[in-house]
Amino acid sequence: MPKDRTGRVVKITGNMVTAHVDGVIIQNEVAFVQHGAEALKAEVIRVRADKAEMQVYENTSGLQIGDEVVFTGELLSVELGPGMLGQIFDGLQNPLPPLAAQHGFFLKRGAYLTALAQDVEWEFTPLAKKGDTVRAGDILGSVPEKIFKHCIMVPFGLQGIREVVSIAGLGRYNLKKPIARLRDSSGKEEDVYLKQNWPVKIAIRAYAEKLKPHQPLVTKMRLIDSLFPVALGGTYCVPGPFGAGKTVLQQLISRHADADVVIIAACGERAGEVVETLKTFPELIDPRTHKPLSDRTVIICNTSSMPVAARESSVYTAVTIAEYYRQMGLQVLLLADSTSRWAQAMREMSGRLEEIPGEEAFPAYLESRIASFYERAGAVRLNDGSTGSVTIGGTVSPAGGNFEEPVTQATLKVVGAFHGLSRERSDARRYPAIDPLISWSKYPSVIPERYRVRGHAMLKKSRDVSQMMKVIGEEGTSLADYVDYLKGEYFDFVYLQQNAFDPVDESCSAERQQYVFAFIYDIMEEEFRFQSKEEALRFFQQLRQLTRGWNSSVFKSPEFSKIEQEIALLLEQKRSTNKETSNA
Amino acid sequence: MHKIYTHIVQIAGDVITVEADGVGYNEIAEISASRGTSLAQVIRLDGRRVSLQVFAGSKGVSTGDKVRFLGHPMRVASGDDLLGRIFNGSGIPLDKGPVLADNLVESGGPPVNPVKRVIPNKMIRTGIPMIDVFNSLVESQKLPIFSIAGEPYNELLARIAIQAEVDIIILGGMGLKHDDYLFFRDTLDQHGALARSIFFMHTAADPTVECLLVPDISLAVAEHFALNGKRVLVLLTDMTNFADALKEISITMEQVPSNRGYPGDLYSQLAARYEKAVDFDTAGSITILAVTTMPGDDVTHPVPDNTGYITEGQFYLKGGVIEPFGSLSRLKQQVNGKTRPDHRTIMDTMIQLFASYRETLEKQAMGFQMSAWDKKLLNYGGLFEREMMSLKVNVSLEKALDKGWEILHACFSPEETGIKPALIEQYWPK
Repeated sequence: MPKDRTGRVVKITGNMVTAHVDGVIIQNEVAFVQHGAEALKAEVIRVRADKAEMQVYENTSGLQIGDEVVFTGELLSVELGPGMLGQIFDGLQNPLPPLAAQHGFFLKRGAYLTALAQDVEWEFTPLAKKGDTVRAGDILGSVPEKIFKHCIMVPFGLQGIREVVSIAGLGRYNLKKPIARLRDSSGKEEDVYLKQNWPVKIAIRAYAEKLKPHQPLVTKMRLIDSLFPVALGGTYCVPGPFGAGKTVLQQLISRHADADVVIIAACGERAGEVVETLKTFPELIDPRTHKPLSDRTVIICNTSSMPVAARESSVYTAVTIAEYYRQMGLQVLLLADSTSRWAQAMREMSGRLEEIPGEEAFPAYLESRIASFYERAGAVRLNDGSTGSVTIGGTVSPAGGNFEEPVTQATLKVVGAFHGLSRERSDARRYPAIDPLISWSKYPSVIPERYRVRGHAMLKKSRDVSQMMKVIGEEGTSLADYVDYLKGEYFDFVYLQQNAFDPVDESCSAERQQYVFAFIYDIMEEEFRFQSKEEALRFFQQLRQLTRGWNSSVFKSPEFSKIEQEIALLLEQKRSTNKETSNA
Repeated sequence: MHKIYTHIVQIAGDVITVEADGVGYNEIAEISASRGTSLAQVIRLDGRRVSLQVFAGSKGVSTGDKVRFLGHPMRVASGDDLLGRIFNGSGIPLDKGPVLADNLVESGGPPVNPVKRVIPNKMIRTGIPMIDVFNSLVESQKLPIFSIAGEPYNELLARIAIQAEVDIIILGGMGLKHDDYLFFRDTLDQHGALARSIFFMHTAADPTVECLLVPDISLAVAEHFALNGKRVLVLLTDMTNFADALKEISITMEQVPSNRGYPGDLYSQLAARYEKAVDFDTAGSITILAVTTMPGDDVTHPVPDNTGYITEGQFYLKGGVIEPFGSLSRLKQQVNGKTRPDHRTIMDTMIQLFASYRETLEKQAMGFQMSAWDKKLLNYGGLFEREMMSLKVNVSLEKALDKGWEILHACFSPEETGIKPALIEQYWPK
């Protein structure tokens, strides 16, 4: 490929710059616009004759017609290797803490750093031997990174079978030193390093096969795991109006989910929320590993005031890093907040390209882009037979809270679970504000299927009665219906709702969910008889109060058993009075 | 040194196109027309054709007028000399004071590196119980007041400005009525706050383009003060006018509109301004309070809707009071645990009871019978509205909390409030 091709700027509108080029132009290649001492990163997004139209990942103030553009011939790529866990990157994988150390408070335009520290040495343990034949994605050795053995793999881009010509022995190596040398069938040799580069918009496919997601990803949120579960390697979306608690929900999941690695893509959202995550995670201890949560987390942060084009690439950067860890046989969870901002970034670019707009001015390719992004999730069997997965959860911020808009609709078509947040529930302080009557999931639950079905039926019946009561008043409702209504409300209050500020209640293990649901299931099935609505209300209020206390007690602790007995006692008393009245 | 160009080839709306060389994107130019000179900013470069947005509007600009490029982006003078002064959106004095040219800062500067922000943790006391007790305002928060036209939002803004404990107040007025501007000036003057205030004013009669400059210029000056360790409160009224100005310009520029005529980048445009709110690690802070009028009281209108996704909550001003439902301060949890042990309890209990009161009102309106409990709630609701919600109430947080206990005491028995016995023991009026 001809290197050092250059062009000249001929047109500037916002962050779209057009350059005139003599020679070859590659679609999606990275270019740098030279302006004085600055070189601004850009990506070619359309080619028309000898003109390359580029989106610039920076503010374009001061650029002039005639400025030189240097084309690199490479697609927008990320650097994959040890040192990513615990790091905070921007959408182009620039590490933010070192940038702050060099440039202070503000993100200086045109300042780029390598994603990984090149000089840090890692303790390499070889696994492959000289003479082995290997394929892309096969493991050559490993280095310890935080809590994992970080596998060093044959570069994913290599085609066909290679022979290991040499491999480094046990020892310390930095990212610049080759650790192995491979030879292809034609005899050509090349070096392999601890890191490799990969273009973000292309999925990593160095695995044997893609599997059907079947194992639940436990998020420790009862409402999700029991009723609207997510599977390892599955996808889900969380649309909701502002203030309904999308971000809080994502934060809770990022803390408690049973995943090995969590990638947080803060895409076009508030900087303040990212700050909270990045300042608190190093201090929160992951109960599974007893290490800080930041050790299993990578944050990709391109907040709303950072350049829009980099926002578009941030979700790709995030998913590429997720796929990389999946190749090591890890369970990776990618949380993207919010995919609407990513879609809006596409819309802004499309407008500048003067493309024919689709619905609400979103580009016509919106749906296919969203679909291909979520398709990068999945559980896979790797070359060595082990499995790994990437689960993607994306929030959607629909305009006006209306789910009929294009981004929500395009997303719903491709995800496996839908957690729809409602303003009604959040106004009533019923958190998490996932509306159980509109949400759905295609994945298996942590509780038995008949329990799940019963739970749904109960909620539906209760909602029907409450709607009816609004019209005919409490007086006009039959006692039996009223009790069904109370049962549904009870189930909602003590099972669906979870107190994020309670240290115990904020995360509920799958085992506890199974135990508690079985207990509540019996209450739902029981035919209580009451003299009056007041009596029924009082009974369920008492039950609710006790069960909430139960939720706040540590599972299987003496307190837990004590409250369980109190609830059982209350139920027993009720049953005996029922008997008395039926005998009388 | 600066070349002068006279070949204006197109005038459409407030955008003129001139043929020129060596011009930088976003650069500022000066246009000398027969009716006076105006600044303009480059918004598109296409070969030799340079499109400029004329701040004073294109009325009276002739194709033979002179355009002089200044070689720098939009800048504004900053520093202590600005205190007590009044400027327009281009930074030109509207009072009789001198033109300032020191400490020039660029408007619309780069975003803050998120790792240099700190988690907000300082409460700003306003003396308004609906804010201090129920939705505390926090330093570095960005918060809009959602209301319909006609509500006393500017009065509320002025009151917060006078009472808030901050070092500098910057008021950015967009499409303001001239009397509103006088109101702000006089109110701040009466309360001796004028000397720590700076005004950037765009009234409804001024050219649209200048409206777009107001938030950037206000926030650029705020940032300059904040970097020097000052706590700055920026008041922006009314951001809906700003969004409408954006709409007007983008349609003139023949951009494809997305929703009700607003440009597709409305979210990014608003976020670029609101995200300037910051608490700097080792320096000062910027807090933004803005007014967003909602056309037709419709919170799903693109302007309040996009704003809600950006800001950290909102105050919902309705019927002359801050409505407890719909109002939200997302940052209140960061501060209200550190004030007084009963703060969160009073906040939760009073709001829950007020919600029950609202339900009772509905029942009453539908003609259902009122129980003894309903009557208690009605009594409570009335007291709450008069002594907590009314914007006439002006008391410290501690007094407001005491008042809360008094109201509860006057209406309910301790058990009926559901408050934990330990707190009842400590605070329930004897």
